[in-house]
Amino acid sequence: MTNIFRGFGAVFYKEVLHVRRDFATLFFSLIIPLLQMVLLGFGIDTNIRQINTVVFNADGRRESRELLDRLKNSDTFHINRYVQSDDDLNDAIISGRARVGIKIPVDYSDRLLHQMSAQVLVLIDGSDSSVAGQAINVTTAIGLDESLRRVLQDRAAFAVDMRPKILFNPDSRSPNFLLPGLTAILLLNVTTFLTAFSIVREKERGTLEQLFVTPVRPMGLLLGKLLPYLGIGFFELTLILTFMRFVFRVPIHGDVFLLALLSLPYLFVSLSLGILISSKANSQAEAMQLAFLTILPSIFFSGYIFPRETMPWIFHTLSYFVPATYYINITRGIILRGAGVVHLWIDGLALFAMGTLLLILAARRFHNKVIVA
Amino acid sequence: MATPPQSSVEAAISAEHLVRRFGNFTAVNDVSFRVEKGEIFGFLGPNGSGKTTVIKMLTGLLPLSGGSAWVEGLDVGTDSEAVRERIGYMSQNFSLYYDLTVAENLQFYGRIYSLKPARLKRRIEEIVQLNGLGPYMNRLAAQLSGGWKQRLALGCAMLHEPKLLFLDEPTAGIDPVARRQLWDLLFELSGHGITFFVTTHYMDEAERCSHVAYIYYGKLIADGTPDSLRQLPDVQPHGTKRIEITAPEVTRALRLARRIPGIRSATIFGQSIHALVDEHFDLDELRNQLLKNGIAVTEIRPLAPSLEDVFVELTYKQQALLEVASD
Repeated sequence: MTNIFRGFGAVFYKEVLHVRRDFATLFFSLIIPLLQMVLLGFGIDTNIRQINTVVFNADGRRESRELLDRLKNSDTFHINRYVQSDDDLNDAIISGRARVGIKIPVDYSDRLLHQMSAQVLVLIDGSDSSVAGQAINVTTAIGLDESLRRVLQDRAAFAVDMRPKILFNPDSRSPNFLLPGLTAILLLNVTTFLTAFSIVREKERGTLEQLFVTPVRPMGLLLGKLLPYLGIGFFELTLILTFMRFVFRVPIHGDVFLLALLSLPYLFVSLSLGILISSKANSQAEAMQLAFLTILPSIFFSGYIFPRETMPWIFHTLSYFVPATYYINITRGIILRGAGVVHLWIDGLALFAMGTLLLILAARRFHNKVIVA
Repeated sequence: MATPPQSSVEAAISAEHLVRRFGNFTAVNDVSFRVEKGEIFGFLGPNGSGKTTVIKMLTGLLPLSGGSAWVEGLDVGTDSEAVRERIGYMSQNFSLYYDLTVAENLQFYGRIYSLKPARLKRRIEEIVQLNGLGPYMNRLAAQLSGGWKQRLALGCAMLHEPKLLFLDEPTAGIDPVARRQLWDLLFELSGHGITFFVTTHYMDEAERCSHVAYIYYGKLIADGTPDSLRQLPDVQPHGTKRIEITAPEVTRALRLARRIPGIRSATIFGQSIHALVDEHFDLDELRNQLLKNGIAVTEIRPLAPSLEDVFVELTYKQQALLEVASD
């Protein structure tokens, strides 16, 4: 008998029975990712809008009110209080009631009318760097624009006219950016956890020890355990994509079938990761901790939230070893940019190579640490 | 591949100078024994003494660091897969899938051994006939009592008609009735030529085995039939014999007996005292002495050592040897 997949059919069938019998676990492992999606899709907007702003308008004449209107109309600032002293202005920022304080000096309008340079003080709470950055950019731009308008007197066009045009996701909608990336994290979550648990459960129960004294071969056992969860992962992917398209209205520009095809190697990677975890963990609690540990780099180094380009070189290098990096490139590529197989085959290949490597590693660890120990 | 000696082919298990090391630690140290076909072989020893390691070596899970072993005539070192086809194994925690039914558990293990559907169906019927699982076929394994779980586990281990079954503490944690029924079943099966390799902590179970061996910290210190072990010179210290004194007031009797010259050691067993005495100790004299001190005596009679006595004596001897070696 040299069939290295021996026992595959028996294990596969049994695993399907487990999944069917433990319907609650399956249900929750499918529903929780959808809930996460709803939270992220509806609740989180990475575009910075409506920053709480406090204003001390010491001038109060028409020019100063025009400036404030322009700040309001930018959609970046929400003026939620007016104060009458420098102390109150400071106080509002320290207490956290406002992130930005704007002080228009008493001689603002006078200086403008006499063709002199007028100053406006903008105090910014730097605790949140992205809020601060946005506040600086918008106030500077408004100041520049205001100055140019006064110099040019609305007569001439700008010498250089920049016309930015955002391709793909033109409204800069957050769900469009976040959800394709989230798909990678959610799939990893579900499949890695489920596979790791299904094996560790057998360790705890002692049935794994029993299987090793039967003629079942490690490859037959591992693949038999892996394939049912591959099916579940695929089902989850369909659910996520359906939600994304019809609930969050994220347009899918590329070929859905290509996305499905390129998801295969990614699922393969996360399932193998689950097996690797189970070869180390001896209890479900331990498996849970290890699984979280493997999921963290996928969240932080994959470009899901933080752009890989701005990472320090060490994290950037690290990101090449994170499977989600490649998969997020695939999902964003197909969903947002309409990329085809010509653009993405390398990512697919990288994932397939990682999966194969992990499975071999897992099978070997299994033999050395679990059977022989 | 070494050619097995003819005698190794005939034996169910033939282990010669088995050694297993884990780093610097020798878990199994030069262990040799032979189990004939149809025997019920009891393998005893304290926890951590190497019982499970020996089972793992014999089932081909653990490579040997030294020595050789043949199981059903096959070399476990080179033919472990063929060995696994021919043996059954039941672990002490009854390796069942609790969320599957009795029938599904049986079917799963049958498929693992690649039984054809027709044969699987026939075998399940036979097993159910043998262990009476019939009424529970559609019940989840989790809902069975300890005794039934164990019968199901045994059934799963026997589906592929192995000639040799390893049972690792099969009666741990089950009730006395189920324990007796299991042994009745083992005797019946061994009558059909099936060999059993059983580990246990229960001395009464050891007494039922046709062949016992005792392993102590990696070394085999006893090997033979229960009767032959009782005759070992080491077990009956030179110039001594064992007696049993039955008395209504057993604790008072013990206190007195310990003061009588010629009685080397004495312990209580239920309503009687087991004592090790000088070979020429006079039993009538002892009875008179006890009566004189106002202790009624029901019976005094010579006693063969129990297997427990045997293992206790052998363990003391081995400990003494180890201490000498380490000094």
